[in-house]
Order: sequence, then structure tokens, then C-alpha cells
Amino acid sequence: MMRFRFAVTAIDAAAARVDIGDLSAGGFVAFEGWVRNHNEGREVTRLEYEAFQELAVKEGDRIVAEALQRFPIKRALCVHRVGSLALGEMAVWVGVSAVHRGEAFDACRYIIDEVKHRVPIWKKEHYLSGDSGWVNCEHCAAAPKHAHEERDHEHAT
Amino acid sequence: MSGQQSIAPLYGLILAGGSSSRMQRDKASLEYQGQTQLDRAYGLACRHVLPVYVSVRAAQVAEPTRAAKPMIVDSFPGEGPIIGIRSAFSAHPHAAWLVLACDLPFLSDAVVQHLLRERDASKHATAYTSTFDGLPEPLCAIWEPSAAAALQGYQNGAGTCPRKFLIRHASKLIEPIDAHALDNINTPEEYSRAAAELRQTTPMQLKVQYYALMREQAGRSEETLETQAGNPADLYAELVARYGFTLSREQLKVAVNSEFCDWSRQLAAGDAVVFIPPVAGG
Repeated sequence: MMRFRFAVTAIDAAAARVDIGDLSAGGFVAFEGWVRNHNEGREVTRLEYEAFQELAVKEGDRIVAEALQRFPIKRALCVHRVGSLALGEMAVWVGVSAVHRGEAFDACRYIIDEVKHRVPIWKKEHYLSGDSGWVNCEHCAAAPKHAHEERDHEHAT
Repeated sequence: MSGQQSIAPLYGLILAGGSSSRMQRDKASLEYQGQTQLDRAYGLACRHVLPVYVSVRAAQVAEPTRAAKPMIVDSFPGEGPIIGIRSAFSAHPHAAWLVLACDLPFLSDAVVQHLLRERDASKHATAYTSTFDGLPEPLCAIWEPSAAAALQGYQNGAGTCPRKFLIRHASKLIEPIDAHALDNINTPEEYSRAAAELRQTTPMQLKVQYYALMREQAGRSEETLETQAGNPADLYAELVARYGFTLSREQLKVAVNSEFCDWSRQLAAGDAVVFIPPVAGG
């Protein structure tokens, strides 16, 4: 089973949860990233996600494999949305099952952090004012070094 | 070739006696990649046969590009390739001649080699047929000693065209192995096109895919393009010039064939290149 996949329609969190079920696991942690109505002081009306899917699936799978190596967890999965998303919709789902809760939280945090900064996925924000912009490509153009490192300009998650 | 005693030794003759009237300057001295046409043709012939001579008119013997090489000066009245070929036969009656015009910038070793392999010494000549009209190409051909007398007879009958001579007289014709090898250049426009083409020694086809901001700026999500760029860094510079991408290379990552790679990676024909703008998943 691929440990990272894309969804072109609403993410089915219940089905994803079943995929990482394990009878030896005593706990399960999930993180959901949602489309929120503002970012960096601007009112957002919707988001568009686009991915270089061939490489994104490879890189995403590598991240989950890393988490399985680093933390004593049972199973893990990440599902990411592409396409046009309305406010409140789920953009990403990360789930981890483990014997104990501590590792599950740590691994879940590791996966979402790495996915946000390594997987070739882009999002375009559409603003209430009518214009739009690619996150990290346009606002931050003046500070190029931060583009792949900066962890404060997070949006949906 | 076959080693039979009757086969004449093969010498080289570079035809550089033309008046270059359409080019409006001496064709022999036109340069490609820093080398004159005459030097290129002479060097090419020397890789296959020796000795090699340059065919010139009496008026050209002092011209430096020609004078640096062994010359055969026209020894019959008149002008044109047939005079040059007849003069070579007259200077070395027992030799056959690999005759090459000096204005064939795309001529290759493979084309000359193939001609030599196909040589039929029992005919007056061995020549390629033209890609354009299927007629013989007399100026990248092997002329046997037996052609000397026939050429004289042809000229005595007021013939001047070596191509017509080959059509009328026994010659072995072979199919071209390279459609453009015998394209000759006669005008300044043809010269600049040929020079540009030769500058791009190995243009390759690459597939480039664009995402997000770069897709919008390029106005397309993918394309196949010809480039000389040897690595992704050079390719990006080329595409910035074409599309005006606003992201600097330092902001991007690059992938070739769906895997991240260095900017210095050597690109090969058929590679699929993706420039990766700052990501924003989650």
C-alpha cells in the first residue's frame, strides 16, 4: 500500500483510518489540515492545490517511511487533496497508529512538517478582494532563502 | 579497396576554384566554428585519402587559404568543376580522385567512408544521388582515370555540366545515407543558417513541465523543446530569458525524470525536467 496518496475529491478520513488499523496498536493520532478563511492578514475565499504527482507520491512515501524508522509506530498514512477547495474543506490528513500515544503524536507531527516542506505541492490563495497568489512564491519572493525553510508562513495547517 | 592491380590509387581533390558570385565573398574562406570551409574539407579528405590537392584557378594561386596547401592549377582553358577535374587527371594520369566541393559544410566522415566502400572502379565515377531530384552529385564523388578521356570528349562537344556528364556516362550511383550531407551553400542567408546549425553541435530534445506560478508565467503546463543547455542551471537561464520567470534559481529545486537532482546534472536527450517552485502543501 502506498503510504502517501492524493485525493481529487473530499478526503475520506474514515476510510483512511481503516487503512492504518492494527490490532497490536493501542492508540491512533490523526491530523487534519483545513482551509481557513484568512492568511497573513488577508481574507481568503478558497484555495487551489496543484501537485507534481509523480514525484510528490515518491517523496511523500519516503517521508512516511522515515517516520516508521524513526519512531516505534505501527502504521502511518498521508492523504493530500488537489484541486479547488472551499473554506472548511480538508486539505490534508495524516494518521499514525502505535502501541503507545507518545510515538503516535511525534510521528504524526514529523510527517506533516516534512510533507509541508518537501513534497512538490503548491497552493494558490483566492482573496475576498478578487485577486490571488501562489503561497511562498509571490509574497515571499523578496526573501528567497526562506522559501524552502521558513516554517512560520503556514496556511491551512 | 579490393586490392586488384587495375584499381587506380585514390587521391583527394578539393574544388575551390569557384567564383562565389552569389555569396559575394570567397566561399573557401567562410568559417564554421573557427575553421575555413576549405580547411574543413581538406582535413576531412585527408582523413580518408592521401595526398589531397586543392583545385584552383591561376588567379587564385597567391590566395593564402589555398596557397598553404598543395594545389593543382587549372591547366585547360575555361572555368568550372570539369576543368578542375581534368587538370587533376592531367597532373596525375594514373590516379583516381575523391572529388569534394569545398562548400559542403554538413559533409561527414561517414558519408565519405560510405562512398569509398561503394567505389566501382570499372565505371567512370561513383557518386551519390541527390536527395532533391535523384540526379548524380558530381562534387562528392570518386572519379576514375577512365573518365579523363570521356570528359575531354564531353567538353569538346561543348558540355560543361559534370552532373549531365555523369547522367550520360557509365557511373555507379548510390543512395544518400544522410539527407543533408550534400547541401551546399551559395548565399549569405544559407551560410548564416548553416553556421548556426553547426554551432549547435548536439541540440537535444527535452520535455519540460511547469507547475503553479511557473505554469502561469510560461502559459503552458508542458512542452518539448530543443536546447543546447547541458544541465538544468543552463536550461533555467534559457527559459528565464524566454518566459521572464520571476523566481530566482535559488528559490527553486529541480527534478529530472521525476526525481530531485543537482543543478549541475548532465542532461540527456529525452529527459523530462521539472522546476519546482517553493512548495506549500498542507
